[in-house]
Amino acid sequence: MIAHHPATWSPLLGRLGIDAIPHEPIVIGTFFAVALGGAAVLALLTYFKLWGYLWKEWFTSVDHKKIGIMYMVLGLIMFLRGFADAVMMRGQQAMAFNGSQGFLTSEHFDQVFTAHGVIMIFFVAMPFVTGLMNYVVPLQIGARDVSFPFLNNFSFWMTVGGAVLVMASLFLGEFARTGWLAYPPLSGLAYSPDVGVDYYIWSLQVAGVGTTLSGVNLIATILKLRAPGMSMMKMPVFTWTALVTNVLIVAAFPVLTVVLALLGLDRTLHTNFFTNDFGGSAMLYVNLIWIWGHPEVYILVLPIFGVFSEITATFCGKRLFGYSSMVYATVVIGVLSYIVWLHHFFTMGSGASVNSFFGISTMVISIPTGAKMFNWLFTMYKGRIRYELPMMWTVAFMLTFVIGGMTGVMLAVPPADFVLHNSLFLIAHFHNVIIGGVVFGVFAAINYWWPKAFGFRLNQFWGKVQFWCWLVGFWVAFTPVYILGLMGVTRRMRVFDDPSLQIWYVIAAFGALLIAAGIGAMLLQFGISIWKRDEYKVEGDPWEGRTLEWSTSSPPPEYNFAFTPKIHELDAWSDMKAKGVARPTEGFRAILMPKNTWAGIVIAGMATACGFAMIWQIWWLAALSLASIVATAIFHTFNYNRTFHIPAEHVAEVEAARTAQLAALSKGGAA
Amino acid sequence: MSTPISTPLRRIRVAGAAAALLMLSACEHANIFEPSGDVAQRQAHLVLLSTGLMLLIIVPVMLLTAFFAWHFRAGNRDASYDPEFHHSTKVELVVWSAPLAIIIALGSVTWVYTHLLDPFRPLDRLAEGQPVTAADKPLEVEVVALDWKWLFIYPEQKVASVNELALPTGRPVHFRLTSATVMNSFFVPAIAGQIYAMPGMASQLNAVVNKPGTFRGFSANYSGAGFSQMHFNTLGLEPAAFDKWVADTKAAGGNLDAATYLKLAEPTIAEPVHHFGAVSADLFDKVVNLCVEPGKMCVNQMAMLDARGGTGKAGLFNLAQLTYDKDGRPNLTPLTAARQAQLDQRLNKAFVAALCATGPAPLAAKAPKLTLSQPAPSPLS
Repeated sequence: MIAHHPATWSPLLGRLGIDAIPHEPIVIGTFFAVALGGAAVLALLTYFKLWGYLWKEWFTSVDHKKIGIMYMVLGLIMFLRGFADAVMMRGQQAMAFNGSQGFLTSEHFDQVFTAHGVIMIFFVAMPFVTGLMNYVVPLQIGARDVSFPFLNNFSFWMTVGGAVLVMASLFLGEFARTGWLAYPPLSGLAYSPDVGVDYYIWSLQVAGVGTTLSGVNLIATILKLRAPGMSMMKMPVFTWTALVTNVLIVAAFPVLTVVLALLGLDRTLHTNFFTNDFGGSAMLYVNLIWIWGHPEVYILVLPIFGVFSEITATFCGKRLFGYSSMVYATVVIGVLSYIVWLHHFFTMGSGASVNSFFGISTMVISIPTGAKMFNWLFTMYKGRIRYELPMMWTVAFMLTFVIGGMTGVMLAVPPADFVLHNSLFLIAHFHNVIIGGVVFGVFAAINYWWPKAFGFRLNQFWGKVQFWCWLVGFWVAFTPVYILGLMGVTRRMRVFDDPSLQIWYVIAAFGALLIAAGIGAMLLQFGISIWKRDEYKVEGDPWEGRTLEWSTSSPPPEYNFAFTPKIHELDAWSDMKAKGVARPTEGFRAILMPKNTWAGIVIAGMATACGFAMIWQIWWLAALSLASIVATAIFHTFNYNRTFHIPAEHVAEVEAARTAQLAALSKGGAA
Repeated sequence: MSTPISTPLRRIRVAGAAAALLMLSACEHANIFEPSGDVAQRQAHLVLLSTGLMLLIIVPVMLLTAFFAWHFRAGNRDASYDPEFHHSTKVELVVWSAPLAIIIALGSVTWVYTHLLDPFRPLDRLAEGQPVTAADKPLEVEVVALDWKWLFIYPEQKVASVNELALPTGRPVHFRLTSATVMNSFFVPAIAGQIYAMPGMASQLNAVVNKPGTFRGFSANYSGAGFSQMHFNTLGLEPAAFDKWVADTKAAGGNLDAATYLKLAEPTIAEPVHHFGAVSADLFDKVVNLCVEPGKMCVNQMAMLDARGGTGKAGLFNLAQLTYDKDGRPNLTPLTAARQAQLDQRLNKAFVAALCATGPAPLAAKAPKLTLSQPAPSPLS
């Protein structure tokens, strides 16, 4: 019953054969560019003898700060890939009029839009959000690391494993041509017999393990590792949103894992969960995937709401307005996000009462979201707003996101959805909330916490160029998409026969170019800032921050806090500054820290090999890698030597250096 | 094809707050592409209404944001600064209750209109002030989404057409929709909102064409390589013109029987319009039940067997008869004589289907006792 194409399957290589190597000129070009670029990077790393450094200091590190930064790097790399897909789509759709087929065949175009969605959600937005939570949460709650540091490292490498599989599909075989949620029957064996959907399934399964475990880890961290005195209602808002998000992750991702496993069983073992015949139900798949998919939207956006809350309070020089209402709103959104999934398919033909229920529950979510918006607004009220880059992004978010919220509520009215569903209006809507919300938020967060992570600020000029390119570019790119949607144009079209539409696609493509300029400006901003890092050097608290992470040096020492702080108030660091709590300068003790471990990257590597083997049905490799995973995991449990002490003298040295630095700074300030 | 996209929601563009540039272009076609069906008109109306309701809160929020962001800038020393202003019960009351009030209003509208405009619900009016009477018998149209074209069957007129949908004006239309392979969404924006067409299931849509014209219809759910070209013209015809269309179609000949259907179902891209002057009566039901191909057992027959308790091990026989697309796209094997013989043989073994017709007697008792190791005997031989 094992499914494989008998003509091309071999015991050694499974379905993998010479025909798996792409023959599209664009893909071949990309392949050589990536191969040459990759070889250059590897050569440089070898030349500068950086392998040992990377392995010891980063790859095997269990330090939540380094793992957080690695997540951000992963998100950034995948963002460039996902954006390249977007540019290809915009180009194709701007060209393919008047009989022109554009430059992408349907075989290629259909992979591009699928990959764009999958990559942007799973391998860009998720790593960014997880990276932020990883970096910031332990610092905000006064912890030295997350609850399970090894697990954290492992989770990260599993996410990388998923990303590697997606990227591999570019050069070996193909990716799914199904749309980013791979609805059956199209994603079933009958209609997608090649490896594309298998790449989809296994990359998400491998990455999903990482996401779920990282959710468990952060929940445990937030619940158990808060500094003494920090009751739940004294937690920073970002930590609150992180908590709710991770609860959502732990509750939602297993659904995704199960539904993809069932699809995988259908494809590999010929079961009938979602097939047309033998009682399978594609509608079941659509329900299950959205039971994960809708909470996923909030998994992405809630921490970003937290980011904006922190930034607004900091740059308005005020406590956040309505802290408790903000917390309740977050929790309510978290709960409600589980009872709205059906609004993604009103058009499936559920009864009117079912559709009404899900439509109205969707609208209800806009109430706590609206309350959040008002809370930021009233934090600005009677504030003293400093327009640093993070605050600029925040105001841009507020003005952009409300439009996305409004179009979202329009889509929540079922009869209106019947004319807007799957149209470009929907596309514009979710890009409006994801770019206007998540992406702007991530940029705000990067500009906000970068000085904390690296000890120097980001260049402001290029940051502003990036800001304006993105803000203008977003509206230029997506206003035409809204309009096309209202004209009844549907999504995922490759060629067009109505020439009057072309102008809108051309404008949208121009917007995409502006966004590309924004991305270029961001990379320049990073490059220049790193180049001039001595010039941009800052101390621990460059923004007059309010939460605990700003009490540490920038970058924080590996142990975060020499002494665990005691918390008395919300905005603990503000409170300490107001009360003039002195920084301890003596009496340091040795600090127990977790040791680096090779196990995370090695096991994740085996899992990636296992996923690859399952995709290509190389059974011996699948069995071998699975056995290796189990064996290595068991072997690793016998490693009892997992912690070490940072000697008191070393702590004293680090802290003394900071004391000296602070003294020099205040003298400089006085002069 | 040169039919431009019809625009049920054009009014929004005209009424909306888009830039002057957009409005210019909107006016260019505005009078030509008004929605031509009452359902689409009401849906578009609802889009406008919900937008209006939300603007009640969105506009003040955006204005306040802009004003606060400007007024409370650090550089403006005239602005008051109160770092302790972080709670106000009055403000909280307003910011929770104002959106709540809007949502109560919008939610009520949603509840009512979702029921009124439920696509499965027969129409209650043809247009404003023109209720449906007993005399307005709906026109039945059966829609099959194929790879990658649309098949329209008119069961009463006994004609069928591919990639062309002709509808009479002023008469309710009742669509039943399914798909032969993957999910599609049937959407003629000028007439009514979309509904999914899914394999093995029949969904429904009720609509009416009020004004004659040619409207674009298409699949609004990605369905594979030929998706972009999977569109068709909807001809809104005066009743007399519609009758003529039916007569012409009949006169043109052609017969859509099972074999022709299976040929038609093979994947094609940008299939030209063509018609069938006759059509097998039960074709649509067989498509829904995945049993057009000779030798297949229909899903509803199997469901009936299951409902009666199943057939035990004898049910193993049904595997072949129920397999539809497990090993690839269905119906792709040409119907050669050899293939026909193979199918006939299969049909002969379809004893469970035959038992179906024998009435409510317990089937398990009649089914031959089989074991897994035993080669399956044909009960009819």
